[in-house]
Amino acid sequence: MKVAQDRRYAATHEWARLEADGSVAVGITDHAQELLGDLVFVETPEVGKSFAKGQACGVVESVKAASDIYAPVAGEVTAVNAELSGSPERINEDAHATWIFKLRPNDPGELATLMDAAAYEGAVNADQG
Amino acid sequence: MLQAIGADGIEALFDEIPAELKDTRLERVPHASSEMEISRLMQERAAQDGRWSSFIGAGAYEHHIPAAVWQLVTRGEFYSAYTPYQAEASQGTLQLLYEYQSMIAGLTGLDAANASLYDGASALGEAMLMAVRLHKSSRRILLPRNLHPHYAAAARTIVSSQEVEIVEVPYCAQRGTLEVAALEAIADKSAAALVIAQPNAFGALEDVHMLTDWAHRHGMLAIAVVNPVSLALLAAPGSWGARGADIALGEGQPMGVPLSGGGPYFGFMTCKAAHIRQMPGRIAGATVDAAGARGFALTLQAREQHIRRSKATSNICTNQGLAVTAATIHMALLGPSGLRRVAQACHGGLQRLIDRLRPLGVRPRFTAPCFHEAVLELGVPAGPVLEAMRAERILGGLDLSDWSAELSGALLVCVTETKTDADLDHYARALSAALARVRGTG
Repeated sequence: MKVAQDRRYAATHEWARLEADGSVAVGITDHAQELLGDLVFVETPEVGKSFAKGQACGVVESVKAASDIYAPVAGEVTAVNAELSGSPERINEDAHATWIFKLRPNDPGELATLMDAAAYEGAVNADQG
Repeated sequence: MLQAIGADGIEALFDEIPAELKDTRLERVPHASSEMEISRLMQERAAQDGRWSSFIGAGAYEHHIPAAVWQLVTRGEFYSAYTPYQAEASQGTLQLLYEYQSMIAGLTGLDAANASLYDGASALGEAMLMAVRLHKSSRRILLPRNLHPHYAAAARTIVSSQEVEIVEVPYCAQRGTLEVAALEAIADKSAAALVIAQPNAFGALEDVHMLTDWAHRHGMLAIAVVNPVSLALLAAPGSWGARGADIALGEGQPMGVPLSGGGPYFGFMTCKAAHIRQMPGRIAGATVDAAGARGFALTLQAREQHIRRSKATSNICTNQGLAVTAATIHMALLGPSGLRRVAQACHGGLQRLIDRLRPLGVRPRFTAPCFHEAVLELGVPAGPVLEAMRAERILGGLDLSDWSAELSGALLVCVTETKTDADLDHYARALSAALARVRGTG
């Protein structure tokens, strides 16, 4: 299982990374893509919509399952990754390099409430053990 | 086996049922009859019915079904009420569904189809929910008042607990169709979709291009409720307006399914490619296996409840497999040209009937052109007229006072390819005699 050090993690397997322009990029973890299997479709949130922390804002769909994506921090969606409509498998290829949407966070400090790489790895291992 | 599972007896397996419900004696159920006795009883009853000449349409239509259709449908490979899912669905079953979907998508001029729903009316309810999901901001649906009342009632029931608001659109009393003025009057309310019935419940033809463009201009989807036989002659929903209707649905019964006292029938639903992920129902897809050979599989199953649970597009997990099999064989046997000839015969027959009735002072109530059904203005209550015609073993049509008091004196008459000129002459004579009786001039 790969974990990147430059970002925070939600218990629901999203990663959140603070970008240089103050936005927060969101994707799903390598562990999540492995559990889901081959992705066939990503339902991205609408640009301009606002979500609370933990609110369902999209769906990743594989051949065997459809999982909700939850906003890791509260904010307004400012961008969605257009590449995913044609090539959802990019997430399987490199989940940490493939952002799904970007948020303008209501409170950038909220990122600190998420887990760091080590804590996320520990949580996943505890789940599997 | 009872020993193996540790049960004392067969009754132990039913111990959840309260005792007072178990020992009911069915006193009024007669003793079982033998197959011979039942066969004879049924034959005698059927003979009492006699042969009727039916001119009733109103949602279910009498068409000739080639003998080959049900001969093939009753083959063991097809004839099952069960809805197999992915693990146990045979390639033959899936291929049939795929071919059905291809035909119905082609007939409606749209990109994708599901494997069918229960019937036309529930398909409308599903389409309304689909439109609300696609639209994302409005939960309002515009429903014309010249839609079949059963469809409106069924759709209302289906959406009743989903916080969907239905706004009725009145029709022009003279033409029997929807007019721009009535739509403009409600244009300030945003809506997810406008439902357009073609032909509408009166058999009248709407200006579908104008209506579809109007809907799209106001940010709504266009939902087409259509008769499949009429599509052999009329513009397909996919070519309505500049962009085409978004969803098309209707009752598939006219394609190879007998009237059989009201069912089972099937609902068809097709849509534009962009909307396919919001379409309910099963969808069969074509694919290749590991050796590169063609195969079929149920696809896009993440829409369905066994994967998406409460967020599924619908909780329908079946399709009308047997009825769809009949329709597919029926469509394949008729082909586009056969279907066109059937439609032309229906259209011509209705016109010839109307021509025979004009001299009796009976005219169409609405001025819009019609397909295979029309509303006739009798000038007297339809009930007694139909009663008199029944003496001639003619079911003269549907008394529209059943639908609404404002339609009293109106008769909805349907002519299909099953009616010969002799049948039309008989109808005219019977109606003439009935009117004379009722008007007191006979």
